[in-house]
Amino acid sequence: MLTTADQAYLLARRSVVRTMRQPANIIAPIVFPLMLLAVNSAGLRAETRIPGFPTNSIVAFILAVPFIQGALFATMNTGTDFARDIQTGFLSRLSLTPMRGVVLLIGQLGGTITLGLLQAIVYVAVGLAIGVRFASGPLGVLVLLAFFILVVLAFGALGLYAALRTGSGEAVQGLFPAFFVFLFISSMAIPRNLMTHGWFRDVATVNPVSYLIEGVRSLIVIGWDGEALALGFGIAAAVAAIAIALAASSLSGRLARS
Amino acid sequence: MSGQLAIEAESLVREFKKGPRAVDGIDLAVDPGEIYGFLGPNGAGKSTTVLMLATLLPPTSGIARVGGFDVVKHGPEVRKTIGAALQEAALDPLLTGREHLRLQASLQALPRNERNTRAAELLERVGLVDAADRRVRGYSGGMKRRLDLALALVHRPRILFLDEPTTGLDIQSRTALWEEVRRLAKDEGVTVFLTTQYLEEADVLADRVGIIDHGRIVAEGTPNALKAEIGRPTVEVVPADPAEGDRATAILARFGEPVASVRGIAVRLHTGQADLAEIVRALDGEHLAIAQLQLHQASLDDVFLAKTGRSLEGADDDGEEQPLGGLAMEPA
Repeated sequence: MLTTADQAYLLARRSVVRTMRQPANIIAPIVFPLMLLAVNSAGLRAETRIPGFPTNSIVAFILAVPFIQGALFATMNTGTDFARDIQTGFLSRLSLTPMRGVVLLIGQLGGTITLGLLQAIVYVAVGLAIGVRFASGPLGVLVLLAFFILVVLAFGALGLYAALRTGSGEAVQGLFPAFFVFLFISSMAIPRNLMTHGWFRDVATVNPVSYLIEGVRSLIVIGWDGEALALGFGIAAAVAAIAIALAASSLSGRLARS
Repeated sequence: MSGQLAIEAESLVREFKKGPRAVDGIDLAVDPGEIYGFLGPNGAGKSTTVLMLATLLPPTSGIARVGGFDVVKHGPEVRKTIGAALQEAALDPLLTGREHLRLQASLQALPRNERNTRAAELLERVGLVDAADRRVRGYSGGMKRRLDLALALVHRPRILFLDEPTTGLDIQSRTALWEEVRRLAKDEGVTVFLTTQYLEEADVLADRVGIIDHGRIVAEGTPNALKAEIGRPTVEVVPADPAEGDRATAILARFGEPVASVRGIAVRLHTGQADLAEIVRALDGEHLAIAQLQLHQASLDDVFLAKTGRSLEGADDDGEEQPLGGLAMEPA
């Protein structure tokens, strides 16, 4: 009898192999966020002259965005892959093995996290290569990686939930623009305290994505900001817990095996 | 219900929300080592029955046991006992055939040193050795079906469910799969529960056939017994000259009683296939030119027609209408 860990490892390995064989699923989550980093850094350079702006390096400021954007890509890829397993009947095949239901989620998320770690390492390396100095030091980079894994876990679980609810890869991909809206109505491009008072600032303040970005940003440009980290980790953990609970509940309905 | 049976069901029902009963109180009793053909048109309830027996869909009511285990109360034990190839080949297009088998062997907890051997053995058996390391998305429909079958056999199940395993396959692939199913039942004593909408498949492969329509089993027995219930073969003649219809009717009346025919004149033979040569001689002796002469054996479609009042949908092309001696007879 295989242990839960053995089963999860087998499925995580399959998830990684699948992704490696779809180059677009590796290139897009790495290249597109870095392209957005380049565009935003060039276009928003003047922001650093605003009094109260937290850093004089726009690249350091914007570098937080690829981490969250990359996690959103992970959401889409995880959800799409899982929906494809439902559509092809592969989920039913797995259901006929002695595998525990929850292992399906753990395995899929394990693969997503493994690839997410690769993304994060590339973002950090690119940041260092273009001159960004992490204010929190090497330990901060490790904390950043841990935080990114938590965000990928949370968003990946949302992708699984969407896949389980819809059973359609196309439907999961259709949700991607909606997730992206959250990114654009956050503090992605400017600190919240420098936004003019109005609806955008209000929306950015209630948007959880703002706190995820600010958690990453604090480690890069501020150093050790306990409040930003607590809010970032807290919100990511809450989203992960809710999304995993929803996905697990939907999985039991989807499997419906006795 | 007996503990000796491989598959048994009693008043098994499955209802879906806002829909009719997909399965409406069926009883099943399948012996160990038997090939049981579950024949019916699309939407008859075949796949729903398989899903319930394979523990993938809970019954609304009724009892079912597979391998002696209740499908509702002892799902994990049932799943250890069975292998299943469901209606669509459930494969990952990005993995190779060998990777599929290794993953399945691992998840089925085969000993580590046995996994590769078992994968190689099954690849050999289903004729996929050359394609073993190619990704499945490049496989043909027949190759996918064979891999699906191999995956269902990885853990050496005692009972095998095959849901329309040959739908969409060419005749060569279909025949190869039939041979493997026969071998499994004969050499390894595997019980096979096979759904199909192909009359020929049920006829040549199954030891017994259950015919399902609208969720109910309308007939059950060996193919020969079911056909014998319906009666003797008929012969149909189409005269080359339509004006010769009366003469043809008179000649044929010597050999059997008239039955309805859309295209020509038909009789149900008094004594069976042996009369055929006499009919040909009689027609020739009377210098009656004929456009077509066909022997029509009682078929499972006739059984379906007799039990339901309609023909088995989608099976017309696979009917058992046999031209004389396997050939269509041209005009004399």
